[in-house]
Amino acid sequence: MTITEKPQQQYKVIGTRPIRHDGLEKVTGRAVYGADVKFPGLLWGAVLRSPHAHARIKKLDVSKAAKMPGVFAVMTGADLVDLESKLVDMGEEIDNLAYTTKKLMADDKVVYKGHPVAAVAAVDLNTAQEALKLIAVAYEPLPVVLTVEEAMAPGAPLVLDDLVGEHLTGEARNTNIAKHTRYEFGDTAKGFARAAVTVERTFKLTMVHQGYIEPQNATAQWNQDGKLTVWTSTQGAFNVRDAVASILKMPESNIRVIPLEIGGGFGGKIPIYLEPVAAVLARKAGRPVKLVMDRKSVFEATGPTPGGTIRVKVGADSAGNITAAEADLRYEAGAYPGSPVGAGAQCIFAPYRLPNSRIDAYDVVVNKPKTAAYRAPGATQAAFAMESVVDEVAERLGIDPLEFRLRNASREGDRRADGPIFPRIGNVQVLQAAKRSAQWNAPLGAPSAPHKKRGRGVANGFWFNGGMKSSCNLAVNKDGTVAMVEGSVDIGGTRASIAMQAAEVLGIPAEDVHPTVGDTDTVGQTDVTGGSRTTFATGYAAYLAATNVVKQMMGRAAKLWEIDESGIEFKDGTFFSKSDPELRLTFKQVAEKLDETGGPLSATGTVNMRGAGGAFSTQIADVEVDTETGKVDVLRWTVVQDVGKAIHPAYVEGQMQGGAAQGIGWALNEEYFWDDKGNMHNSSFLDYRMPTALDLPKIETVLVEVPNPNHPYGVRGVGEAPIVAPVAAIANALRDALGTRFTETPMKPSRVLAAIKGGTLDGAATAASSNGASRRGRR
Amino acid sequence: MHPFQYLAPTTVKEVVSTLSRYGDRARCLAGGTDVLVQLRGGRFEIDALVDVKGVPELMELRLGADGLHLGAAVPCYRVYESPRVAKAYPGIVDSASIIGGIQIQSRASIGGNLCNASPSADSICSLIVHDAVARIAGPRGNREVEVAGFCVGPGKNVLRKGEFLVSIFVPKPAARFGAAYKRFIPRNEMDIAVAGAGASVTLNAKGKIVAARIALAAVGPTPIVASRAAASLLDREPTPEAFARAGDIAALETHPIDDMRGTADYRVELSRVLTRRTLAVAAERAKGAK
Repeated sequence: MTITEKPQQQYKVIGTRPIRHDGLEKVTGRAVYGADVKFPGLLWGAVLRSPHAHARIKKLDVSKAAKMPGVFAVMTGADLVDLESKLVDMGEEIDNLAYTTKKLMADDKVVYKGHPVAAVAAVDLNTAQEALKLIAVAYEPLPVVLTVEEAMAPGAPLVLDDLVGEHLTGEARNTNIAKHTRYEFGDTAKGFARAAVTVERTFKLTMVHQGYIEPQNATAQWNQDGKLTVWTSTQGAFNVRDAVASILKMPESNIRVIPLEIGGGFGGKIPIYLEPVAAVLARKAGRPVKLVMDRKSVFEATGPTPGGTIRVKVGADSAGNITAAEADLRYEAGAYPGSPVGAGAQCIFAPYRLPNSRIDAYDVVVNKPKTAAYRAPGATQAAFAMESVVDEVAERLGIDPLEFRLRNASREGDRRADGPIFPRIGNVQVLQAAKRSAQWNAPLGAPSAPHKKRGRGVANGFWFNGGMKSSCNLAVNKDGTVAMVEGSVDIGGTRASIAMQAAEVLGIPAEDVHPTVGDTDTVGQTDVTGGSRTTFATGYAAYLAATNVVKQMMGRAAKLWEIDESGIEFKDGTFFSKSDPELRLTFKQVAEKLDETGGPLSATGTVNMRGAGGAFSTQIADVEVDTETGKVDVLRWTVVQDVGKAIHPAYVEGQMQGGAAQGIGWALNEEYFWDDKGNMHNSSFLDYRMPTALDLPKIETVLVEVPNPNHPYGVRGVGEAPIVAPVAAIANALRDALGTRFTETPMKPSRVLAAIKGGTLDGAATAASSNGASRRGRR
Repeated sequence: MHPFQYLAPTTVKEVVSTLSRYGDRARCLAGGTDVLVQLRGGRFEIDALVDVKGVPELMELRLGADGLHLGAAVPCYRVYESPRVAKAYPGIVDSASIIGGIQIQSRASIGGNLCNASPSADSICSLIVHDAVARIAGPRGNREVEVAGFCVGPGKNVLRKGEFLVSIFVPKPAARFGAAYKRFIPRNEMDIAVAGAGASVTLNAKGKIVAARIALAAVGPTPIVASRAAASLLDREPTPEAFARAGDIAALETHPIDDMRGTADYRVELSRVLTRRTLAVAAERAKGAK
């Protein structure tokens, strides 16, 4: 279902559902991914990884491996130069290159299990793996720090000896707190004093992974002139190029990064892991080298999204107006600074209009893999805490949870708790649409068996969305079709959504625009496919390029008709004279005459966008709990989201469904299962339990279109907002079903059963029962 | 990975001589859904992988007057796609149809599942409650071992040097026999049992239980035969109360551990619930059986 805020102009292409341009290649298996790259003389690389989460390297001897027949090159951290601290913008995250280098390969200390220590290149993968066994490493294990509590405790072992923390009091040494940020507004003490109901709870989350199907990979080849080509699976070829250039200390223009098809990223394929390693090995070997991670390495040594601890306190007066809110977020950065706690802090109160607020955010290093972006990074954790507490406040006041959210909803002109003033947003429209949705108005129904219980929960979520730099080239073919080269890697159907925006301007069918994802030598600078920015920003670049094409084509028509350009109009794909009704030519007809009117015609669009327009996604969960096993089944699910304008509604729906599906997995079963030494025990898709198709209902979608005034078609980002609410929605549904408030992820069967039994089947007590608050009588 | 030979003998005798020659430096390959994954994961190193699918006895699926002869390498799908087997051996079919997904079931065999001797194996409990027997060939001739005694530890079985599993024999069930297997997984598919329970009951003409077998998965170092729980059902009506009591006793017969898939306490709880639920299905099937 689509709800559009006001009647708008009729589009020919936008809002339709053409078959994606890359669909045939993908369904027939012809699309080329990183693991498919093959060359004559190609060597395989393999990486030796630390078995310890924290240890000093006392000895590292690669001489035997180097001598093994079939081995062409061996490298260690010594082959990467020590870089000064330098912050590079990787798109959704800022990386410090000094730490990136150490993350790629350890120097004298390993700081997480799976940390690369050495790498080899050999004639085949098996030889490379056997060679790794010949590398002698002596480790001196150090005490590990695995949680934010451990890391922040006085006298905690230091993860990074040289870390200089940015604290409120200034620079700090001998700390695991990389950064402490505070946002304050109004007077929270006064606000809480006015509250009739105050709820304060602490939530604990565990690390989870994006779970993309395709592992990281990279292939590197050097030319004799010192130029380097890298083929890789990445969300941003230009960001890879710039980072590799800095790490290898060479000019960016000497590196060409060719992004291949990508088997999922979700933010996890923004950082680099293998590219410089492949490059160094290839340079040493004098032959191209290819590296492909195995699943265990993907889990242990790429960037998941953090666990941590979040405390939230919310007060409201008896009329149901929030009077004050406080949050304290402590996120695991992993072994190097840079968790998404800042984004979590900025999103946590975004759905609410708050007179008084205070937010503390701590970025904390621990002996776990360095975290990376994962779909609305940091916001899902924050929403789990905030939306649970909001639900409880509403419940205690006896107010319907959606009504309470509406009463306190942030609107255009309101101040977000961290400072910015909201532009035009669809928060209220989304909440209203949720109230009118089929699921919210349908009975929950009786449980399917006597030992089962049902519940319904709702939660709201916000994500900023991004703008940034994009480029797009268009060239008109003489048959009236248009070749398009754009710089955004296509993860979610963006070839289609970008091409459709060009087609709309040109007045031709979407199929007549032929999109290609360019590499760093074929198209202008384009930032990562991330931050839900691609359809918005690269789409805008395509719009500008197409507008330029129309203008040039008008000039060609003017030449043909021998009239002045100002006398020509373009509408619905047709050029016509304002004065002479006989003079009409379609886009295709003008294209056919290109050679007679001046030759080739092309145009470029480039943008550096701001004003992405944030998005809200409210979700409704119906669950059924088996009270004898603790298993939770999701019966029904609706995502209601402000999408600005859905260019290709099917892909927008897909993003909403995909975000919800990942959020449901995060809520119910996904977790890094650690032992006390920092070893992950479930580093396979068998035991890292993501939902399968059989674990999810058909996820219903309601597209609310509140156009973004900063885009010609009103586009807002849609990919990330839908993962924000689901964890909280499940928690609220479980509260409804069982009367228990869950404050820890995942809400796995053993934890749910422990809560039902009121005992400790799952070790420490993990769920707190509400103190006799009245149950809401909705059904 | 250490390089190894791929060998494909075609007779039982050849397999025995090959295995005798290599000892623990060789492993049998049927569907390969366990052994290949373990090899890649570096669990062990071998010099020879012995593909047994070319040996006719290992690919035979025959329903005789005496019972079911199930070749050790027969893939799961052939078991559940046979209507006659499905009717007579419902517990085994429950298991064959939940091991992995469709692709896995097209390769993986019940025999392989047994030899892999995982405590969480989905088929072993069903074989036990169907009183199945493992038929083994070796350098000193053939021998038979009850499936209930086949596993001796996690990943360990009774096979000695040079021996391998040729087939599984499952006797023809008595009249008014029913069996079932249920496991608990946090998801609805593609998962490994946190706990599992197989149960069979045989009713007399008056509807009383005259024989019962219960076996539990993933709650001990091997599949566990819950004999006291089964004994509690003898001469009783198949009632929810009787099954609940059997579940309580079965829970006491477990020796689970804590791991990433579940805590010991949780597994005890699951054993209680699964035993009760599985018995109820087995009894319904017994009532429906001729």
